[in-house]
Amino acid sequence: MNFTHLREKNKMNTETLKDYILEIADNSLILGQRFGELCGHGPSLETDIALTNMSLDLFGQVRSYYQYIAQLSEEEKTEDDIAFLRLERDYKNVLLVEQPNTDFGYVITRQYFFDVFHLMLMQQLQYSKDETLSAIAKKGIKEVSYHKRFSGDWLKRLGDGTKESHERVQKAVNDLWPYTNELFEMTEAATAATEAGVGVDAGQLKEPYYKEVSELLKEATLEVPESKYFHKGGKQGVHTEHMGYILSDMQFMQRTYPGMKW
Amino acid sequence: MTETQTHINPKLLDILKSVPDPEIPVLTIVDLGVVREAAILEDGTVEVKITPTYSGCPAMDVIGDDIVTAFAKAGMKAKVKLVLSPAWSTDMISEEGRAALEKYGIAAPLDATADKEVLLGNKKLVKCPQCCSKNTELVSQFGSTACKAQFKCNDCLEPFDYFKCLT
Ligand SMILES: [Zn+2]
Repeated sequence: MNFTHLREKNKMNTETLKDYILEIADNSLILGQRFGELCGHGPSLETDIALTNMSLDLFGQVRSYYQYIAQLSEEEKTEDDIAFLRLERDYKNVLLVEQPNTDFGYVITRQYFFDVFHLMLMQQLQYSKDETLSAIAKKGIKEVSYHKRFSGDWLKRLGDGTKESHERVQKAVNDLWPYTNELFEMTEAATAATEAGVGVDAGQLKEPYYKEVSELLKEATLEVPESKYFHKGGKQGVHTEHMGYILSDMQFMQRTYPGMKW
Repeated sequence: MTETQTHINPKLLDILKSVPDPEIPVLTIVDLGVVREAAILEDGTVEVKITPTYSGCPAMDVIGDDIVTAFAKAGMKAKVKLVLSPAWSTDMISEEGRAALEKYGIAAPLDATADKEVLLGNKKLVKCPQCCSKNTELVSQFGSTACKAQFKCNDCLEPFDYFKCLT
């Protein structure tokens, strides 16, 4: 199946556009993979189903992005090549989404920190001059709204829950907070995409993001961390030690049986 | 309101209506609203454009194959294209489709405002497909497939699926 919408003729260099799409898409791929790891291991049946449902939404979005990149590529490429056959340094996801499923508190906090950003990004990306990106975003908004409702509700429940759930989720908030700032970092590709009217100026999302997240944390009776030190590097392909393990899990089948299909 | 107009060549409608949704077999893909266009091209090939309910809906590949098979049985060659725009919404489900869902035991989607109220647990508006009581409550926002939420009826105590509103 092919998309009928081909790239609108814009002034952007194709390689730069591909880099920009990867920056967005790889976040969904890696977070989707982290959720997928929880299939059959969720704390309850309902949460297990919810996490895998969200994984599926994210993979669906990833497929649309990667199929678009494949169309833009001159060499014979498929969505699977892009998902499974790149080296660690070629993945452009932020460090936040590759952080491990330490416990349910971490899973929810990591997701909420990403969902708030993801929804804001999609809400802007729907106005992209690139028709395909705009269509993917419009579709994604609906799904990501559900994701944010889920993670936000759980964060409140855990924060305002028992003494143990409060302590554990506060630890997750403190540990993951330093990974949030990277979401707003503008790469060369993102800057070029924004100038061409194709991309989103993530820097502008920073203030509303921290406002929204802080309000929810307070509502959840959690403390808003004051850390001024933030990690970054993911968008340049410099990942944390967790990334290699994710990729070896994810790429094993395609590398062992090249070209295999379900 | 979403643009819900479809362009289906009437000659192709019966064949398309013979294709059920793989996950909710009481619903045809036409009633589900995923078929956006169907036309006979100059060379005689049938071209069908479908739109996914959810981005990751695994049924889309199956639906694509089922459409090709249905036309092949009628001696026609068909190709299927996936379109993302306009994005699918639950408003695209036909009246027949909504009735089929209810009969099958899945509560049909409410309008967007009411949907938000029930998913936030503020109001009881979803009707139990077994006993018609509205004394129902949300169990989980995510159900057996991406498009459904889990509910239970407080009167007849049966659990059931609710088709989430997507507009
Ligand atoms: Zn009932």
